[in-house]
Amino acid sequence: MPRFEPWDAARAAAIIDDGKAVPGALLPLLHALQAAFGHIPEAAIPMLAAALNLSRAEVHGVVSFYHDFRHTPPGRHVLKLCQAEACQSMGCRNLAAAAEQRLGVTLGGTTPDGRVTLEAVYCLGLCATAPAAMLDGAVAGRLTTSRLDALLDGLA
Amino acid sequence: MTARLFVPGDAAAVAVGADQVAAALGAATVGQDVSITRTGSRGLFWLEPLVEVATPAGRIAYGPVAPEDVGGLLAAGLLDGGPHALRLGPPEDLPFLRRQTRLTFARCGVIDPRSAAEYEASGGWAGLRRAFALGPEAVVEEVVQSGLRGRGGAGFPTGLKWRTVRQAAGPQKSVVCNADEGDSGTFADRMLMEGDPFLLIEGMAIAGYAVGASRGYVYVRSEYPHAIATFAAALGAARRAGLLGADIDGSGFGFDIELRIGAGAYVCGEETALLDSLEGRRGQVRAKPPLPAHHGLFGRPTVINNVLSLAAVPVILAEGAARYRDLGMGRSRGTMPIQLAGNIRHGGLFEAAFGVTLGELVEEIGGGTASGRPVRAVQVGGPLGAYFPPALFDTPFDYEAFAARDGLIGHGGIVVFDDTVDMAEQARFAMQFCALESCGKCTPCRIGSTRGIEVIERIRSGLDPAANRALLADLCNTMKFGSLCALGGFTPYPVMSALTHFPEDFAGRAAPARAA
Repeated sequence: MPRFEPWDAARAAAIIDDGKAVPGALLPLLHALQAAFGHIPEAAIPMLAAALNLSRAEVHGVVSFYHDFRHTPPGRHVLKLCQAEACQSMGCRNLAAAAEQRLGVTLGGTTPDGRVTLEAVYCLGLCATAPAAMLDGAVAGRLTTSRLDALLDGLA
Repeated sequence: MTARLFVPGDAAAVAVGADQVAAALGAATVGQDVSITRTGSRGLFWLEPLVEVATPAGRIAYGPVAPEDVGGLLAAGLLDGGPHALRLGPPEDLPFLRRQTRLTFARCGVIDPRSAAEYEASGGWAGLRRAFALGPEAVVEEVVQSGLRGRGGAGFPTGLKWRTVRQAAGPQKSVVCNADEGDSGTFADRMLMEGDPFLLIEGMAIAGYAVGASRGYVYVRSEYPHAIATFAAALGAARRAGLLGADIDGSGFGFDIELRIGAGAYVCGEETALLDSLEGRRGQVRAKPPLPAHHGLFGRPTVINNVLSLAAVPVILAEGAARYRDLGMGRSRGTMPIQLAGNIRHGGLFEAAFGVTLGELVEEIGGGTASGRPVRAVQVGGPLGAYFPPALFDTPFDYEAFAARDGLIGHGGIVVFDDTVDMAEQARFAMQFCALESCGKCTPCRIGSTRGIEVIERIRSGLDPAANRALLADLCNTMKFGSLCALGGFTPYPVMSALTHFPEDFAGRAAPARAA
């Protein structure tokens, strides 16, 4: 289960200091910050701007451009259901509807108890074993609603 | 003697239980002289998890294997290639593999992808060593002569791109590998990075040597954690073996590669957006010219090629340009790793010379749909590729032949749909995806995609359909010719092909539904 650290400015400063020297450092730094804190905390943005000699607007522009970067931490588990064409041809729309109904949230939402964040993803490269999903980084293919239920049943 | 088993560690095999099979085999053979090697995948995904065993007569394959099959398989003499209901015989004899011409994917699924020694023992680095013997200019000419064209989709001659960068003046040139394989229906880059990563390293080193670049970057998408892990391990192994670093193999040529991870933006698969992303910016498309060859990464001369283009190079160097050029048809030379995906019985990686027809690929090699229902449409070339009906199945797999029918081969993905598909919904999705992923730089893509969703919705709900069809065609024309890059420029392909070949699906929701 991915667990994240609480915000710690000194820790963020250390992460930024560690990686700021490489050319084009912003994306690797954002990945490193998100790996630590589960999202990109607002307080990290001026720190990144100062370290990389950018404006805060530029850093914010990059954070908001990429689908991966979160503004708040996700639920304890993250279920990504592929909704791209190859998975569509094998019924991923029905699978997503079943997941939404079971969890009581729509794609992009987190259950009120913070247990599961349900997200759409556009291609996991598992197009010959569709429909596919990724649960906490583990891949699953040839999914059916019952296999999806079994995956969700196993979550704490 | 140690019995040697092979279980794929490829993400698609893992997604259907390969890790559990490997664990079950390990547990059932504790204390025995058995080794289990995690390979890439051979690319026969309907047979995954595909377990192989080395025997004196060659490898014997079994599949698809479930963890609960392991006990029975071992009792039946798996370690000696013994008979069992799941026994498939020598994998090379399976028709799906026998019909292929594997140049780029020759080692994929065969060797341990993390072992530099196995790569070398199976002919690895021969291309790089011949390159060092030829000298950089001759290497560029060899790639020009091979006829290799960019496998990312644009089909630009790779050798000409290299020649331009070689001739460009600049203190720090770079080789950038585009591994941002975002097209649905494609997985060849992922399979290669998981199954034969040293081949990509070798191809990039050859590119660097040819154009005078000492620095390489691989930009891979974050959705590919297995590819990231395997490729990172291979980079470390290549450095330890002296095949990356300050003086490669005693040649005096220095080259190293940095692995960079994307962040979920489809548009970063467009080469100039990728360069902006590598520089730490929003992944926005740049206007061309200037070309990346002159003004690329950090404003310096840059070769940017797809994984499959770079991975084709070692074979071209090792075996000569003629070997590659003599395969294929028309201006499409060599082999293309074609990916059969979606609702298809025999989905997987099919590398063949250009010229095989779409019908052969879908019906014969792919075996039709997985659902057993009739094929209604296939989308070739990812989310920006056209939908073709079976009436166009005589189209040969060739850049120009697809273009002549208002389609594209793109990165070589083919997604099959059966007769339950609603093509108006697929057209709407194409516009929706464009709206979701547009970088926002040009108006036809940023605004046109959202207007496109609305117009398709109006057609589907029967609102002034004739006028709205004309409006959609006009909008698509504007997007096609007015967008900066292929995202806005090619979204019209799936939309207009759906409208042209499947007009009945746009008849409105009140119309009688097709028989289910």
